[in-house]
Amino acid sequence: MIYLQLLWVFVKIGVLGFGGGYAMLSLIQHDVVDHYGWMTTTEFADMVAISQMTPGPISINLATYVGYTTAGFGGSLLASFALCLPSVIMVYLILKLFMSKRNNALMDNTLKGLKPAIAGLIFAAGLSMMNAQNFVDFGRGQYNISVIICVLAFVASYFFKANPILLIVLSGVVGFFVY
Amino acid sequence: MKKPLQLFLTFFKIGAFTLGGGYAMLSLVEKAVVDQKKWIPSDEFWDMIAVVQSLPGVFAVNTALYVGHRVAGTKGAFAAMFGAIIPSITIILLLATVFREYRDQPVVERIFKGIRPCVVALILAPSLRMIKSAKVTWKTAIIPIATVFLIWCCKIPPTYIVLAAIAGSLIYAIVIGRRTEDGGQKTKDEGPKTKGGLSPQSQVLSPQSQVLSPQSQVPSPQSSVPTQERKEPKS
Repeated sequence: MIYLQLLWVFVKIGVLGFGGGYAMLSLIQHDVVDHYGWMTTTEFADMVAISQMTPGPISINLATYVGYTTAGFGGSLLASFALCLPSVIMVYLILKLFMSKRNNALMDNTLKGLKPAIAGLIFAAGLSMMNAQNFVDFGRGQYNISVIICVLAFVASYFFKANPILLIVLSGVVGFFVY
Repeated sequence: MKKPLQLFLTFFKIGAFTLGGGYAMLSLVEKAVVDQKKWIPSDEFWDMIAVVQSLPGVFAVNTALYVGHRVAGTKGAFAAMFGAIIPSITIILLLATVFREYRDQPVVERIFKGIRPCVVALILAPSLRMIKSAKVTWKTAIIPIATVFLIWCCKIPPTYIVLAAIAGSLIYAIVIGRRTEDGGQKTKDEGPKTKGGLSPQSQVLSPQSQVLSPQSQVPSPQSSVPTQERKEPKS
């Protein structure tokens, strides 16, 4: 049963995951955290951090971890392959159907139209992670260190395009000394 | 060395050493596949990447599959794909066992308490950058706002939002495609009539249909209505 659920969840994410790893976060988060409860929201945040710091695609890393925690070694392989399965099918379908110039332009415009919605999707994933579990000192004590970390990291990432790994390491160091 | 094996090793190396996801590996793939091995000419490679970028799924996996398929057929596609994902699966499996063991250690817990707010920022920042690059105007800003509202406030599963957004974007793409193709000869039934006055309107309408459709997704029988309504005036 758990295998079927993993298969279903990650095939679905493979089919609907337009716009790269971050766009998939929202889909993964909904199924894995909210719907099936395979992970807590803090565990999810930790895994996103770990996925950022390790090589390889975030979504594959998350699929492997979710599969492993829910159904062991077999589950980890199943979840990762389930995520790749739609891509495998697409190689053959798309190569035949969509490699023509006209269809290519159609896909291009579709993606252009999708982009604003995907941006909203990613933003929502970030917002849903803004909770008391991930911001431990919010509303407690005088200094909201977690809010400060979040704001500084945002500014560094958005305006200065700082390296995400560096930001994660720095905030880990801050956390070590503050908490 | 046989080509599938070479593909496997090439993508394994890239998968094992590229931090920062799919787009970071692109230049490495280009270097290996176009410059060193000369498997694919540069212009064809970038055409292929343009197609791959617009597909759903894991970008790194899609790239590996396409390059592998182009170079050595089915065997090549699978060799490249496994090369790309085996490093991440191995590393995460190793880390998962360790992480679950030490997660509750106070030191680890303290470090991650600092990291979690940073992760939130790292997710929010690219979404805003994406809005900027998508050239969202005041009119189309309703799309991301509605998406956030529906997911975050109404707790509507993102699956439905994506499906609705795909439907909306496809209509948008067809309308745009018809406008740019000279005279729209490719659609026989409603070609010349639509060319004139209606097209500027349809451009305005289509982004809205994207917003309308997620809302109508909840009562499912209505979901096809907005689409049809918008198609009627054109014909």
